[in-house]
Amino acid sequence: MADNKKLAFLDYKSDQNVRWCPGCGNHAILNALQKTLAELELPKEKVAVISGIGCSSRLPYYMDTYGFHTIHGRASVIASGVKVANPRLSVWQITGDGDALAIGGNHFIHAIRRNVDINVILFNNQIYGLTKGQYSPTSKRGFISKTSPYGTIEYPFRPGELTIGARGYFFARTIDKEIKLSVEVMKAAARHEGTSIVEVLQNCVIYNDNTHQEITDKRFKDDRTIILEHGKPMVFGKDRNMGLVLDGTKLRVVTIGEGGITEKDILVHDAHSEDPTIHLKLADMEYPDFPVALGVIRDAEAPVYDQCAAEQIEEIRNKSKIKTFHDLVTSGEVWEVK
Amino acid sequence: MAKKSKVIEREEVVVRFSGDSGDGMQLTGSLFSFSSAVYGNDISTFPDFPAEIRAPQGTIGGVSGFQVHFGHSEVYTPGDKADVLVAMNPAALKANLEWLKPGATIVIDVDSFDDKNLAKAGYKSNDPIEEDNLGSYNIIKAPITTLTKESLKSMELDNKTILRSKNMYALGLVFWLFNRPLKDTEKIIRDKFSKNERVAEANIRVLEAGYNYGVIIQAGTPSYHISPADVKPGVYRNLNGNRAIAWGFLLAAEKSGLELFLGSYPITPATEILQELSARKDLGVKVFQAEDEIAGISTAIGASFAGNLGITSTSGPGLALKSEALGLAVMAELPLVVVDVQRGGPSTGLPTKTEQADLLQALYGRNGESPLVVMAASSPVNCFDYAFYAAKVAIEHMTPVILLSDGFLANGTQPWRIPENDEFPDIIPPFVEKPAQEWNVYERDPEKLNRYWALPGTPGYQHRIGGLEKDFLTGAVSYDHHNHDKMVRIRQQKIDRIADFIPPLEIHGDEDAELLIVGWGGTFGHLYTALEEIQKDGKKAALAHFSYISPLPKNSYEVLKRYSKVVVCELNLGQFAGYLRSKFPDITFDQYNKVEGLPFTVAELKNYFEKILEK
Repeated sequence: MADNKKLAFLDYKSDQNVRWCPGCGNHAILNALQKTLAELELPKEKVAVISGIGCSSRLPYYMDTYGFHTIHGRASVIASGVKVANPRLSVWQITGDGDALAIGGNHFIHAIRRNVDINVILFNNQIYGLTKGQYSPTSKRGFISKTSPYGTIEYPFRPGELTIGARGYFFARTIDKEIKLSVEVMKAAARHEGTSIVEVLQNCVIYNDNTHQEITDKRFKDDRTIILEHGKPMVFGKDRNMGLVLDGTKLRVVTIGEGGITEKDILVHDAHSEDPTIHLKLADMEYPDFPVALGVIRDAEAPVYDQCAAEQIEEIRNKSKIKTFHDLVTSGEVWEVK
Repeated sequence: MAKKSKVIEREEVVVRFSGDSGDGMQLTGSLFSFSSAVYGNDISTFPDFPAEIRAPQGTIGGVSGFQVHFGHSEVYTPGDKADVLVAMNPAALKANLEWLKPGATIVIDVDSFDDKNLAKAGYKSNDPIEEDNLGSYNIIKAPITTLTKESLKSMELDNKTILRSKNMYALGLVFWLFNRPLKDTEKIIRDKFSKNERVAEANIRVLEAGYNYGVIIQAGTPSYHISPADVKPGVYRNLNGNRAIAWGFLLAAEKSGLELFLGSYPITPATEILQELSARKDLGVKVFQAEDEIAGISTAIGASFAGNLGITSTSGPGLALKSEALGLAVMAELPLVVVDVQRGGPSTGLPTKTEQADLLQALYGRNGESPLVVMAASSPVNCFDYAFYAAKVAIEHMTPVILLSDGFLANGTQPWRIPENDEFPDIIPPFVEKPAQEWNVYERDPEKLNRYWALPGTPGYQHRIGGLEKDFLTGAVSYDHHNHDKMVRIRQQKIDRIADFIPPLEIHGDEDAELLIVGWGGTFGHLYTALEEIQKDGKKAALAHFSYISPLPKNSYEVLKRYSKVVVCELNLGQFAGYLRSKFPDITFDQYNKVEGLPFTVAELKNYFEKILEK
């Protein structure tokens, strides 16, 4: 171990061959995560990467950190156990739309509600890839797949809405191939204390190719997405002339310079607001009515479960007369037989 | 009228307190048990209550009972039938008739024997004594409600508080019946109600009034005397099985130097383990009340991966939900203890009753070849020992362990001698000692076959584990067919080798008998007492009681083979008998089974064994 040398992102690669399909969006996400850890200068042994089941969940095998590839849907609870057991670790959960939102839905919302300090990277490709092409809980209504040959008849979850509904304090969104943006939001997620959800719009080249194409294609990405930054006006578009305003209780897209709209009228992003009302509206924006929000949408402070658990133990330890097992068993209703 | 009062010297006595589920019978029973134990008797207790918190008042379904068996010599069961029954209403009388010894003493609160309550209990007349033909019993008709009110007249309490203290009147009367001093109980009452002195005062006043009533009516009523038992010197306290399990883990954490982590979801009858450990933040216990059973075990697995002693507690339905995660722990080869406090099944079954029908689920209830350790506690207080040893085996052999308890052990109490510090061994976690460059994730201890434990946070030992099949040495994912076969076998061998580290099967009774009684888990007290009773009758028999089920003790075959008649007794339809048959096909096993949600009675066992001996 080189103690003083700064680690490069290649140092976080394990000796295992990466076995995702060529062209899969996961390769870029893996790179982004390794770059994030390098930029944060996190020692490899301090990192634990926990995953469930699915294509995305193979990721821990490719990291030269501590890693645990667990069972379907349960990564957030295993990660919670790891973090509470050793709060000094930087704990990352790797999951997909099926793993986190279908079979693991209950654990997903409860991890967020408790606000355990774990960083969740949710690979959303709106399909079940490892089982070869069934619709997922984020597939659009009417989506045709092997298990919905006539189109689905259910609405999808919107991960941002679910996160905020479970009273989440951090939600960000990025696109698999936008490595620079991914690194920025992953760093923000790591710095945020509490459960951080990072939704990555991920492309499955085999079973759901181009599912995010209409917003991620570089020909129209600038006009169809908006990158939110705390403290900056919500401006977007190739020509940076479009923006978001609040019209009554609704968001509206406006063009700066038209209809008397000036830059001053544009909403300024406050990611740190405890009130999630605007964050929810931003997270729910969908093309074509709105640009899709990218970047850190919500990043507010709240008590953190693992920290509170440790503090409570410390507090009770100091107060209690019971310091050892022997103190415990000899306290209360005991008698002696001679 | 003035007959001289009789004092009966007895070896042992069974008292059953019974009333509505809101009548405070559990508290009354516990207070009486404590005073008997402090007096120096050996005791065993068993509460019996409905699944509903407040079942319909006055009905048989709503009867809550607490049985205490105490004696001059060692006592192993709460007793089959009662010498003394306290019945706070007609339903309590009716529900307990089949559990009375001939000529038993029955204390009834005559105030509650009105037409309405008699009808609710299913009596057709207004004279239950006549109707149920109770003439041969010694019945003490005490107007408990009226006299409770009378004794609290001057205290200006509300009616609810007054009525809630009538259980103390009954308790006072029973204290008189057994010539017991009130002072220890008074102290406990003061401690319990330390925040409300008036309630404490009221309870003590009613307790004394009940005692004095006994003094006044003593003409014609026998009073019992049971001298103290001859017990090993030491400091004692009463302990039930659930608390004993929680405490066993606390000692294991101390002896292993690991932090204790419990992930659990409330479920009857295991919840008290979760509650007890939640209160032990002073000893650094991390308790995670999970959103469901799966999250309970999964957080514990995560905690074990990170270097804590991860445990989870549950009952049968919860164990079913934990199956998949247990398989992960088998594959990942991490320490983990799962406590299953068995209750009546299948499905929701009989949540507050006892049964031993989760054995096969514990042994086999997972996908794939998924061997693990199964152990079973056999008395309320040895739940402590087995929790400790379950943790020791889990840690030192890097394996999940299922520890079986049951509703009977969980809620039953016995006096527990507080162990000296050196009575339990140290637990040595098999941390990696090799330099990181030379270490492989799945290399094994040559003797125990466990892999070594490298804790996240340790520089240089970064590694990945998971539920996919592992390479025999490196632990990397491997789909190689020869490797899979090898790994399946070595995981089984690792469990089998634990037989080298556990105590041999012990034989109680006669080595040269024809009959061997075989049991496992919570039935020990009843089987042992039945054995003693048939021996007292001059017949020969032996008992082999299993606490280690997977793997079995090494001498199991040799012991079983020695007897010509082997009868396996268990509270299910023969799960352990079937398991033994699969292991030892040349031995013939007879079975005695009961699945009523209740423990065995000594009488039924004795009766069955005698029949076998006559054959």
